[in-house]
Amino acid sequence: MIDSLFLINHSGDIFLEKHWKSVISRSVCDYFFEAKEKAVDPENVAPVLQTPHHYLISIYRDKIFFLSAIQTEVPPLFVIEFLHRVGDTFLDYFGECSETVIKDNVVIVYELLEEMLDNGFPLATESNVLKEMIKPPNILRSVVNTLTGGSNVGNTLPTGQLSNVPWRRAGVKYTNNEAYFDVIEEIDAILDKSGTTVFAEIQGVIEACVRLTGMPDLTLSFMNPRLLDDVSFHPCVRFKRWESERVLSFIPPDGNFTLMSYQVSSQNLVAIPVYVKQNISFLEAGSCGRLDITIGPKQTMGKTVEGLMVTVHMPKAVLTVNLTATQGTHTYDLATKVLVWDIGKLNPQKLPNLRGSLSMQPGAPKPEEYPSLNIDLKIQQLAISGLKVSRLDMYGEKYKPFKGVKYLTKAGKFQVRT
Amino acid sequence: MKEETRPCVIPGCFSARRHDDLKEMLDSNKDSLKLEAMKRIVAMIARGKNASDLFPAVVKNVACKNIEVKKLVYVYLVRYAEEQQDLALLSISTFQRGLKDPNQLIRASALRVLSSIRVTIIVPIMMLAIKEAASDMSPYVRKTAAHAIPKLYSLDPEQKDQLIEVIEKLLADKTTLVAGSVVMAFEEVCPERIDLIHKNYRKLCNLLIDVEEWGQVVIINMLTRYARTQFLNPNINVSRVQNWVYSLFRAVSLPIEQSHDAALIYTAIRKILICEVQYVVLQNVATMTIKRRGMFEPYLKSFYIRSTDPTQIKILKLEVLTNLANETNISTILREFQTYIKSMDKDFVAATIQAIGRCATNIGEVRDTCLNGLVQLLSNRDELVVAESVVVIKKLLQMQPEKHSDIIKHMAKLTDNIQVPMARASILWLIGEYCEHVPKIAPDVLRKMAKSFTNEEDIVKLQIINLAAKLYLTNSKQTKLLTQYVLNLAKYDQNYDIRDRARFIRQLIVPTEKSGALSKYAKKLFLALKPAPVLESPFKDRDHFQLGSLSHLLNAKAGGYQELPDWPEAAPDPSVRNVEVKESVRAVGTVTYRDTGSSEEEVRKPERKSKQSKSDSESESESESESESSESESEDSEDSEAELKKKKKVVSGGGGSFSTIAPSSALKSYELLHRITGEGLSVEYCFSRQPFIPDANMVAVQVHFTNNSTSDTKSLHMEDVKLQSGMRVKEFPEIELLPAGETATAVMGIDFCDSTQTANFQLKFFVSIQPPVGELMRPFFMTENEFKKEQGEEENCEKLTLDVKCRNEHAIVQKVTTAANLSRVPCGSDKECRFAGRTVTSSSLVLVTVATKDQGAAQLTVNCEKMVIGTMLVKDILLALTQ
Repeated sequence: MIDSLFLINHSGDIFLEKHWKSVISRSVCDYFFEAKEKAVDPENVAPVLQTPHHYLISIYRDKIFFLSAIQTEVPPLFVIEFLHRVGDTFLDYFGECSETVIKDNVVIVYELLEEMLDNGFPLATESNVLKEMIKPPNILRSVVNTLTGGSNVGNTLPTGQLSNVPWRRAGVKYTNNEAYFDVIEEIDAILDKSGTTVFAEIQGVIEACVRLTGMPDLTLSFMNPRLLDDVSFHPCVRFKRWESERVLSFIPPDGNFTLMSYQVSSQNLVAIPVYVKQNISFLEAGSCGRLDITIGPKQTMGKTVEGLMVTVHMPKAVLTVNLTATQGTHTYDLATKVLVWDIGKLNPQKLPNLRGSLSMQPGAPKPEEYPSLNIDLKIQQLAISGLKVSRLDMYGEKYKPFKGVKYLTKAGKFQVRT
Repeated sequence: MKEETRPCVIPGCFSARRHDDLKEMLDSNKDSLKLEAMKRIVAMIARGKNASDLFPAVVKNVACKNIEVKKLVYVYLVRYAEEQQDLALLSISTFQRGLKDPNQLIRASALRVLSSIRVTIIVPIMMLAIKEAASDMSPYVRKTAAHAIPKLYSLDPEQKDQLIEVIEKLLADKTTLVAGSVVMAFEEVCPERIDLIHKNYRKLCNLLIDVEEWGQVVIINMLTRYARTQFLNPNINVSRVQNWVYSLFRAVSLPIEQSHDAALIYTAIRKILICEVQYVVLQNVATMTIKRRGMFEPYLKSFYIRSTDPTQIKILKLEVLTNLANETNISTILREFQTYIKSMDKDFVAATIQAIGRCATNIGEVRDTCLNGLVQLLSNRDELVVAESVVVIKKLLQMQPEKHSDIIKHMAKLTDNIQVPMARASILWLIGEYCEHVPKIAPDVLRKMAKSFTNEEDIVKLQIINLAAKLYLTNSKQTKLLTQYVLNLAKYDQNYDIRDRARFIRQLIVPTEKSGALSKYAKKLFLALKPAPVLESPFKDRDHFQLGSLSHLLNAKAGGYQELPDWPEAAPDPSVRNVEVKESVRAVGTVTYRDTGSSEEEVRKPERKSKQSKSDSESESESESESESSESESEDSEDSEAELKKKKKVVSGGGGSFSTIAPSSALKSYELLHRITGEGLSVEYCFSRQPFIPDANMVAVQVHFTNNSTSDTKSLHMEDVKLQSGMRVKEFPEIELLPAGETATAVMGIDFCDSTQTANFQLKFFVSIQPPVGELMRPFFMTENEFKKEQGEEENCEKLTLDVKCRNEHAIVQKVTTAANLSRVPCGSDKECRFAGRTVTSSSLVLVTVATKDQGAAQLTVNCEKMVIGTMLVKDILLALTQ
């Protein structure tokens, strides 16, 4: 399936290569570089490229291109998913996924890649299984290893590989047993000029951080599970149980993981927390324009909107801006033509406003297009869909764990058209 | 960590001295030095630097005791063995030794490396190693063997036949760990041998949900192909038996689509944040929207475009929106398109204009609206926008030119300003084609064009010649000289196409003595009515590639792509999938983690099972009755249809509140009344292992009646119930009529008081039911710790030697759960299998442990405070495990 992997940094240097079958010359990447040149923006490089002898499937994350060379038919999503899994594993092992950290840990990286694929087909990809075979680096161990000649490689078969619960290793022990769940919801919305909702949906995810001793069996239930339209689960969740009782029953992996993600998309259910009054105009004759933006609370369920920020991609002709904000700070990047207005907390008594003039390139025609506003915001202790966790029960272990649930609403791709 | 940063290799600065230094370290007898050297070498390999000259020094360390050094040597060997074949052979014996190691991890890794060394001379050794590993005790080693198969195949395709034997063997493996890998091997080595799948089809469907995500993708792909060769198109006409197999296949793949792996999501629209995933998914959605618009219509708004989307995503979303457009939603979509036209991303704007054009051609009602909108765009400041509009308008006008002469006039004026060649060419073509609608303007345009002819692009020049020719034919008085001027200019053009065209046209339109018969028809040739172009989706013909495949995405057949065959016209023999009853029972009875704690499973599994066993028997009977008339066969099928309905009723009545673990094992049928003694009425019963709703202390007994006689049987009910003290019975409702040849099913409940005493009653004839001890309990879910705590003193212990066939965990679980209605208890150790249940009447705990030792030795322990049950259960399970 996957023949070779090349890691390429932002400037186009191949800093790591790994081959699972016969060696494929790195010159195959030239086709990719060609496409990258053309695309200008790394996001615009087509993820799948065809070359005379190979197919190149790549992903771009953390400023690194993960480029795989393939010779035969394989579902592209399969490869993309796997490449992301590789990235996730690096993140898990080294705390970040960057060129420096990969170069610093090249041997561990190589050992990991060796375990993750065999003959191009995934072998061990569960983080728990990998961690038992190849221990993550830590300073103490590397000092001890240098002195004793010990190794980072485990020499027993990971229990997870064969057990019925492959995502959890046996013998987990904690002095403080805790289970935290974060319900995080992002609002994806498009509002039109007049403020009516063109499209809105909520993308939710439940992130878990579970540090529990032994083999706990957890059941998480919701006050209003019928809200959720479209769900996908971590493999640990017993799907049948969800289907019949709408509860999440699972033996959790150890540590951080995404328990489920869901979608709430019936339009009337999606509350829009803020309204935006905006007026951006470019004058036909003079080389200037005007901008006036006010933001106010709409459906906030009595909570405070924080971290409010507005980003505007101005037309190319806008040279400088001369604006005053009643609250927060604003910056205008001359090169990228991006105006950022960082507001902070939204005070319903005194609505933040940004107004002033835009100076245009003299002689340039009046821009045809009007920039849309991208809104960023956060609301603590609220899941905007109204989803609530009613209880978390633990079976199978005797101790009393410490439990906690947090809610957070964020703006996802929240766009106001002008 | 720091030591790994040290080998900072500067490209091209590799001196021999540095290598000497590494060689010295490798030759030393300190492991730490060796390790250091190997780390540096691996870092070199990772950076793509050549380290091949170190081969002799490295290969010496292959037998090193230090496991990390060893691993790194393996990495090195796999990379360079192909280049240094002779030296690589030195290491082979080490791996051969490794293959015999008692540690399964070492056996597996030895096989992995051995099979990765691409040296033809060791093919026989590899073959032997794979064969041995395929029957290894450890499923992990067997998985590695499955991985090694395609490696050997690519090294030496001559080994195919032998490898197929190994694949066949591994396909029969019942562990989830192996399933994905062996199907992968099957797909690479012998995808055409679909016959190997028959016997394993049902098992694979059942295992599917527990296979890891990568394996699932491969298995689903293979099963899709299998279904296409073995089943009739489900949309047309499917015989029932095949239908259920197919629906089983679908039922199983459904929950998987809901599992977390993005690689499996094709049908649902969901959060697709990751750009690459979005790209691939949208490509597939674009294809699907052509044939199955309805599926995606409700999600129209999910494809609305944001200004922050990357261009390639915008264009794909646009494609989807265009495909989804119909009479009802077109106004919404057009309003949306209006926003897009104002975008700063000009490529995207151009694509939007194309999309509007396509909507206009496909949906007649909005053609004029679209056209007006596009004409407005002609005054846009951006030239690209105007040019694209011109091109699209040209196509639209071709559909009904007579109505739109003012638009053509408007466009004629544009030639002064617009520079984009494609747009200029389009305008000229329009004017030429419809010169009769604009008789005054056309010659003037030609005049202007003649002036600028030499500076135009080639495609514009060709259209000028075209325009000139058409005007010459319709209005030669005004344009004769102009045309000749243009043709003269073209005659000396640098481009041979243009010279050629000029010569051709001159001959055709200017009559001379030499000009042939054709010139008579010149007018017909040039001014023939041309069919309007059809604007189609570029995704239109992609659906012959399997969705989700690389070939589909590229719209070109990729190497190794397996064509999806068409549905067969006549269904192939379905009995090929039948496995001997015992086998199929085992395959279904897989107890897996996900089965636990699910009440739905509870309801569904037995249903599936009963269906399955039925289908087995049914297809058998079918084959038996083949010689008989077709009538009997159809009768037969009617029967089972009715039976199926009834069974469904039964199932829905029984399910519901039960929430402990599902026991997954077969339903064994017992005979209650033979058809000879019953004078045509035969009755069978089985313990359905479902909770008996009216009374939780009763065991549910499913009774199955078949009227084999030629006359109807009336009023079937229980009479004269004779019970031991304490026992109770809940009778099944009377069956008023059982017509000849029909079957019926009913459920009754019996409280056996936790004993194996018989329940006697009269059912036209005197019958009795005696439960096996294993049916007197119901599964109980508990964790390992609880289990250990509850393992009290009442213990029945027995040592035994396991039957050869059930020396793996999987088989043991199946055997035990078939013998007794127990549930599996999660367990950390792979040497022990634990099961728990409670007796039905008194709720006493029943705990069973099977601890395996070497060579099939095992110890069976049953803890139950009810001594009798304990002893009897030991006997039953012992029997199941040793037979």
